[in-house]
Amino acid sequence: MNKAILKIENLTTSFRIGNKYHAAVDDVSFTVAENEIVAVVGESGCGKSALALSIMQLHNKLRTKSEGTIHYNGQNLLKLNDTQMNKVRGKELGMIFQEPLTALNPLMTIGKQIEENLDYHTSLSKDEKKQRTIELLTQVGIPYPERTYKQYPHELSGGMRQRAMISIAIACNPALVIADEPTTALDVTIQAQILDLLKDIQTRTKMGIILITHDLSVVAEVADRIVVMYAGQVVEMGSVKEIFSNPLHPYTRSLLNSIPSATHEKNRLHVIEGIVPSIAKMDRVGCRFQDRIPWISKHAHEERPQLHEVDKGHFVRCTCYKQFYFQAEGDESTHDITQSR
Amino acid sequence: MTLLKVDNLKVHFPIRGGFFRRVVDHVKAVDGVSFELQQGETYGLVGESGSGKSTTGKAVVKLNDVTSGQILFEGRDLAGLSRKEIKPFRKDIQMIFQDPYSSLNPKKRVLDIIAEPLRNFERLSPAEEKKIVQDFLDKVGLSPESILKYPHEFSGGQRQRIGIARSLTLKPKLIIADEPVSALDVSVQAQVLNFLQDLQTEFNLTYLFVGHDLGVIRHMCDRMGVMYRGRLVEEGKSDEIYENPQHIYTKRLIAAIPDLEPEVRGEKVKLRKKLTAEYESSYSKFFDEDGRAYDLKPISPTHRVALH
Ligand SMILES: Nc1ncnc2c1ncn2[C@@H]1O[C@H](COP(=O)(O)OP(=O)(O)OP(=O)(O)O)[C@@H](O)[C@H]1O
Ligand SMILES: Nc1ncnc2c1ncn2[C@@H]1O[C@H](COP(=O)(O)OP(=O)(O)OP(=O)(O)O)[C@@H](O)[C@H]1O
Ligand code: SF4
Ligand SMILES: [Mg+2]
Ligand SMILES: [Mg+2]
Repeated sequence: MNKAILKIENLTTSFRIGNKYHAAVDDVSFTVAENEIVAVVGESGCGKSALALSIMQLHNKLRTKSEGTIHYNGQNLLKLNDTQMNKVRGKELGMIFQEPLTALNPLMTIGKQIEENLDYHTSLSKDEKKQRTIELLTQVGIPYPERTYKQYPHELSGGMRQRAMISIAIACNPALVIADEPTTALDVTIQAQILDLLKDIQTRTKMGIILITHDLSVVAEVADRIVVMYAGQVVEMGSVKEIFSNPLHPYTRSLLNSIPSATHEKNRLHVIEGIVPSIAKMDRVGCRFQDRIPWISKHAHEERPQLHEVDKGHFVRCTCYKQFYFQAEGDESTHDITQSR
Repeated sequence: MTLLKVDNLKVHFPIRGGFFRRVVDHVKAVDGVSFELQQGETYGLVGESGSGKSTTGKAVVKLNDVTSGQILFEGRDLAGLSRKEIKPFRKDIQMIFQDPYSSLNPKKRVLDIIAEPLRNFERLSPAEEKKIVQDFLDKVGLSPESILKYPHEFSGGQRQRIGIARSLTLKPKLIIADEPVSALDVSVQAQVLNFLQDLQTEFNLTYLFVGHDLGVIRHMCDRMGVMYRGRLVEEGKSDEIYENPQHIYTKRLIAAIPDLEPEVRGEKVKLRKKLTAEYESSYSKFFDEDGRAYDLKPISPTHRVALH
């Protein structure tokens, strides 16, 4: 494996609701290496964005508490003060947000927004800055960079805006970029272009990427490793190859089975009953996923499911996956996946 | 039996400008689209954002004015009808919208939301109405007590079910589903898709299914049309289109579908690069001087492509 850039250890982030703190990110640990894409997946409300914002320290400090460590370049990001963190943010850690229109400043041209970031972190002259900005816009595949330099966000299409956002994120050659659902708002053709672009940039710069998404096909397409989150916890983690060919945790398995695929027949889709519990209602003991696989008897669940390393680099929370049966329809009724594999 | 036949449909939106807000130009959102839906089938419309899918769907329920062309529903042309004349058909054609979060009125109880279309068409006693609503709630898998709740008390999938229940109460023949699952998580998406298929069997429904996720479209649709800049560039049996795409845009669209097998991704990146180059070099083979796709021509009895 390449050199680790970011090492997250036992990160717990809690939000204050009323006068109590509730964890949205619960004891999460993983690393990101140089030149690696780590995908973080899970349904809406599983804590993916809360995790990203914890790394970037963009949470409202008055209502949020983060514990654990985030090692970056010999320091613990959680211990940095605002001034120190501002230096790291934008320069060393870039972030691409889900909705570019809300993250970009509507009153400032694209060129100015990129230059603003360069201003803050570099000491380039005016001409050098402009040159670098045009270069960045070209790099992200904007067809008329000179023109786009002078345009405002609303004058660009969704795909172009996302490209502009990427150019801001990579302006200072960050070591790590966090992309929170960078393609969810885009249609497939543009999504593919953006993903290819991120890969392309990575080959040149060797940056690490944390890619947050709920779309597993996007993960299969670009990621090296995958971290599956459920209700704030990591439930499974491993290389993309391993997880796609040998998913173990019932949640991972369910997610993979519920995707309609363009290449498979029209059989019925697997449905995960129920919803992700809200952080205030989450059980702190016992497995959080058990309500959603009601056909497994209550006593079969572990009291405090732990992450186990089942194969090198492949972690699964709890051992219950061994009794995971699909409630599949039709002739596949009570199909035992552990035997058919 | 042909339930719906759309023939050379055009929907042009005026662009106004200048001092008198005069019409200076038009957006040709839909520019000569033709397709047919057989009773009981699911027909998909795919294409990139802005290609005119929603506009086509809305034109069928007359939520848009039609510039020209015909919309034959059971043989009767709806295109020229006034809002009043169209009313009886509103019963037969219903629309489901993309966003379960904003398409339901947050201030209304589920009972009122679902009963609203009924109230427009039928005079029922409160007891009769309640019974019908509860029957439909049961059909969509929600408990009878739900009638007194408000939309925010439900999950995304449940809200989408409420929207569907509402569209079913009048026993429509045709449902236009505009990206009914695009805003949902895969888990919830699976629930809603299975459910739409069950309902189709139970009520012999016909669906016009608008989407941009080709996995979903292939899963749901017997036949489909690929839209590009207001025109259909390819149309026919879904299997034929996926396995043997002929138009450069369709090829690009299919190559853009992320694959669930990590092993093949290197090849896919190469394929996409190749198709982008092909798109640029063979542009004139697929589009006329004005950048307009050619008319569809049959290449098999069940497959038409916009070729010169
Ligand atoms: N600032 C906040 N204050 C209180 N609760 C919050 C806050 N931000 C997030 N949460 C809660 O934390 C949980 C995780 O939210 P998060 O936004 O991280 O989900 P997500 O996995 O990014 O979902 P999505 O896919 O919808 O973006 C949710 O239950 C959410 O309601
Ligand atoms: N009421 C309107 N007035 C003016 N232009 C419109 C109107 N409605 C749609 N358009 C334009 O018509 C074109 C087609 O829009 P439409 O909403 O049908 O696209 P779509 O294929 O459904 O896209 P998406 O996938 O983003 O929903 C777009 O260029 C859009 O800007
Ligand atoms: S068996 Fe384990 S992982 Fe599965 S639901 Fe129960 S506690 Fe969770
Ligand atoms: Mg999020
Ligand atoms: Mg639309």
